[in-house]
Amino acid sequence: MAGKSETPLVVKGKRIDGRKANELRKMTAEVGVIPKADGSAKFSMGETVAIAGVYGPKEVLPKHQTKDDRALIRVYYSMLPFSTTDRCRPGPSRRSKEISKVMIDALEAAVITEKYPATAIEIHVQILNANAGTRTAAINAASLALANAGIEMRDLVCAVASGKADDTVLLDLFQPEDNFGQADLPIAVMPNREEITLVQMDGDLSSKEFDEAMKLVMDSAMEIYEVQKAALIGKKENKK
Amino acid sequence: MSLVNTEFIKESLNNNVRSDGRKLDDYRNIEIETGIITQANGSARVKLGKTEVVAGVKFSVGKPYPDTADQGMFMVNGELSPISNPNYRSGPPSPESIELSRVVDRAIRESKTVNFEDLCIEEGEAAWMLSVDIYPMNSDGNLFDAGVIAALLAIKNAKFPEYDEKTGKVAHETRTKKGVKLQNVPVMVTIAKVGNKLLIDPTFEEESIMESRLNIATIDNGNICAMQKGGVTPVTNEELKNAVKLATNKGKELRKLLNKY
Repeated sequence: MAGKSETPLVVKGKRIDGRKANELRKMTAEVGVIPKADGSAKFSMGETVAIAGVYGPKEVLPKHQTKDDRALIRVYYSMLPFSTTDRCRPGPSRRSKEISKVMIDALEAAVITEKYPATAIEIHVQILNANAGTRTAAINAASLALANAGIEMRDLVCAVASGKADDTVLLDLFQPEDNFGQADLPIAVMPNREEITLVQMDGDLSSKEFDEAMKLVMDSAMEIYEVQKAALIGKKENKK
Repeated sequence: MSLVNTEFIKESLNNNVRSDGRKLDDYRNIEIETGIITQANGSARVKLGKTEVVAGVKFSVGKPYPDTADQGMFMVNGELSPISNPNYRSGPPSPESIELSRVVDRAIRESKTVNFEDLCIEEGEAAWMLSVDIYPMNSDGNLFDAGVIAALLAIKNAKFPEYDEKTGKVAHETRTKKGVKLQNVPVMVTIAKVGNKLLIDPTFEEESIMESRLNIATIDNGNICAMQKGGVTPVTNEELKNAVKLATNKGKELRKLLNKY
């Protein structure tokens, strides 16, 4: 949330990529993209591409981290060095560790962990191409990969950010809007239960703008869900 | 925590009373001291009930980041030090301590209370790096709010050392009269969800039974500048809106207190 764009980001309700304020970018989803993994998925939101692989339920190592009554969820989020404008250093950073932590909270809410006591479910997510909204694309990919692994879930988790640029509340910010935006509000929801599993925010929003931004996310969650569902059903048909 | 204690806390909450006698939206008593560490450029000690954190500011000079060549650098580091709570372990920073650091960092950075252009010495060449380190002395819950208060007041308390532009050296033992101009008072209010209750400023006991946590930071005009949800249990949009309202109102009260320092 820094600087100001020299060219306007919103003109007469239209954004520079032609979208309306409440419009998501084009989404694609595919499951089973990593045959070695127990479950996997690729999810793209505009130019942002995330790939997720799930391994487990499996043995917990180191053993002392075992939870006797439920599964331990682990998330490893990373951005590949070539995924950003400037090369980003490979390996964990403070940012990626924080995102991995909030992703655990966001996804564990959906997994029925009591079904898999004393096991670990490991979710690896890599960002192949970053154009804003990488943590939300990562959650969408991870939730699909969990379902693809056959892990029992309460609902899929659908994530998208809303925010503010040019004093307008917008859904699903892309790079220029994120770079020069005034606020970013990544949210994850279980759309059938209308429950929120991830909330982060930085920037500047009045409480009225916040309500508006939340509404944009809640109203669009089902759209993401339908794309995820189509990917899951498609794969099943392929297997026949 | 013992089962009997957990049950006691939950039972009391049914009657809107907390185990330490507070109401759901009561903050603990706040005690503040500033300028407590002479080696630091600025410092503050904040007590929130039995929670105690110390924050120290150190200035150094470095090359600005290429994408913000006209701005200084800012970093918050927090550590859940094992001295402050038997549940913390020593070793590399845990995800929890990284989250604490980054949430406090965002609350202050995004409030724009520090104008980072003020920290620039020569565009693209030299700028002040403002490092804030937060260390809990006794962790009895809600390190987030205590951390934001301590970090903010330590910055407010800080005085620049002398910098020699010719040699590029900082005389760390010196102090000028110049401080960092603050333009806003960001206040974070942390809310714990236990059952269907939302409680403000949770103790460590309450944190250990809470289902989820919301950190909400607001600025002078009541706008939100940073938020974070923690914990596995989801929240509804309604609960989120109520939490924002609680945080905005409590933020106003806390801001009045902080403006005295």
